Amino acid sequence: MRNVIITDTTLRDGMHAVSHQFTPGQMAAVARGLDEAGVPIIEIGHGDGLGGASLQYGFAAGTDREYLEAVSAVLKNASLAVLLLPGIGTKVDLEMAADLGARAVRIATHVTEADISEQHIGLAKRLGMMTVGFLMMSHMASPEKILEQARLMESYGADVVYVTDSAGALLPDGVRERVGLLKAHLKVPVGFHAHNNLSLAVGNNLAAMEAGATYLDGTLRGLGGGAGNAPTEAMVAVLDRMGVATGIDLYTLMDVAENVLQPLMHRPQQISNASLMLGYAGVYSSFLLHTYRAAEKFGVDPRDILVELGRRKIVGGQEDIIIDVAQELSSERSAGRAG
Amino acid sequence: MRKVGTAILGPGNIGTDLMYKVVRSRNLELRLMSGVDPKSEGLALAASLGVRTSTDGVSPVLDDPSVEIVFDATSARIHLQHAPLLKDAGKRAIDLTPAAIGPYVVPCVNIDEHADAPNINLITCGGQATIPIVAAVSRVTRVRYAEIVATISSRSAGPGTRQNIDEFTQTTARGLVQIGGAERAKAIIILNPAEPPIMMRNTIYTVVESPDIQRIRESVSEMVHRVKRYVPGYRLKMPPMMDGQRVIAMIEVEGAGDYLPKYSGNLDIITAAAVGLAELLADRMLDGRARE
Repeated sequence: MRNVIITDTTLRDGMHAVSHQFTPGQMAAVARGLDEAGVPIIEIGHGDGLGGASLQYGFAAGTDREYLEAVSAVLKNASLAVLLLPGIGTKVDLEMAADLGARAVRIATHVTEADISEQHIGLAKRLGMMTVGFLMMSHMASPEKILEQARLMESYGADVVYVTDSAGALLPDGVRERVGLLKAHLKVPVGFHAHNNLSLAVGNNLAAMEAGATYLDGTLRGLGGGAGNAPTEAMVAVLDRMGVATGIDLYTLMDVAENVLQPLMHRPQQISNASLMLGYAGVYSSFLLHTYRAAEKFGVDPRDILVELGRRKIVGGQEDIIIDVAQELSSERSAGRAG
Repeated sequence: MRKVGTAILGPGNIGTDLMYKVVRSRNLELRLMSGVDPKSEGLALAASLGVRTSTDGVSPVLDDPSVEIVFDATSARIHLQHAPLLKDAGKRAIDLTPAAIGPYVVPCVNIDEHADAPNINLITCGGQATIPIVAAVSRVTRVRYAEIVATISSRSAGPGTRQNIDEFTQTTARGLVQIGGAERAKAIIILNPAEPPIMMRNTIYTVVESPDIQRIRESVSEMVHRVKRYVPGYRLKMPPMMDGQRVIAMIEVEGAGDYLPKYSGNLDIITAAAVGLAELLADRMLDGRARE
């Protein structure tokens, strides 16, 4: 029987959808349920990873340390995972996370910038962590470029390399080409992380699996940046029907989604026009709520902001540019009126 | 006019950009450019300008008595090895890595305090671009927290910066506190591979005690003029603006285009600061000798 290893990132990517406001206690409650359901890897923390708490991305309800302590205390079987974006988080943060029980880390870079991850992947390996290279905004690079970058991460010691569709902009063929090329040439397993901006998250995960991916991501109720991720419970149901083993108990997982996670959500996770635009224009999914806020402050259409961000080829982490673009659109419009 | 002999260690992006600025300096002479890689483009360019080159690292610099000021543009790890050797050889070191052995200097903020230090550190490119703004805010109101986001084009981030990425954020944050005057600080760096390459962008957030935005704007505007004296392409892209509890300002830095193209404002600002500082040191050395 085939099997895939699922990482649930409700408590990390899902933080984008609640402006990073889950409390450590709420995280522990959801994590306990995920663990009981048999989810093998549970990623937690600020949406932008270790050290993400900032004016740029928003401050979380708890600190990295508080989240790690709270979740560490309740997990029995699952591996506790964290995300680290070099340039935002540091090796000091990673050592702290490992001390507090993190057993896996995903080191994320923009898809063309893998070489900034060498020190962090090296440290993670020395700390004995399962180490995942996470190539973000994979729709922006050709399969060949992604392979070159994935090989760098593999050479630094990554145990798995992910094709990460941060903008939810890839179509199934694009997923197959990218994952397939990595699968054909890497020695380490390949993973895929989907976003649902074009309503393709579960489908793209299946396309990735067909092309050889053995690591897939999901979040309960699809909670996540933009239109969210692949709902873990839906994925497990689909994989069950396909005869693919995940080691996760579907009913327990569904109960956690409905009874524990859903009451904590700020709004239903849906494909709003702006989140559809993220996928259509190829913009980083966690920009969504920041864009709404800037659109309101400057009185402009969030879709116009997103199209301009896509045109400027803005990458993950550049939330400051949203304000810049909103301000420019607003002053262009008032100049137009005056003229 | 007599000149003071200098050398450059590390012929990468920063070292090479620095070379063009030193070569046209009024009071500095470039005696030697030294690296370790025989295939280095920077060394080839230096040789084409008639500058002596070496691939033996720091040794030939230590051995040349005509070299008095040494620019170190290698990496933090390597500068930690170079620093004691340079000090023992009696050479003034201007450290462009994030090693931070000597005091931090931002020329328009605190150059006079440290002109006699044997080793001066230029923090980071992001620090040179953003600390003046935080210092400008903190001289009119208490800054409880400062945070900067430096976005640079992938093409202008060489291997040194890439391997030093934690040192960049940590050193910049320390500079924001020590020289910028913030009580706490955080720095973030983002590399953007867009083509054509983007110009260096810096967003500076501060959380202040008294958000008198008019006074903050005036102070920042005055500081921008001071930086412009040695970095002509330094521009206030967005004057300070209140957004909830935070004050936001944005800076864009266009380079002089000495080695890499103009989008590499991140290189230009730190090499311009290094040369400005070295010229000041050279003035003092030459002045002292004239009096002897």
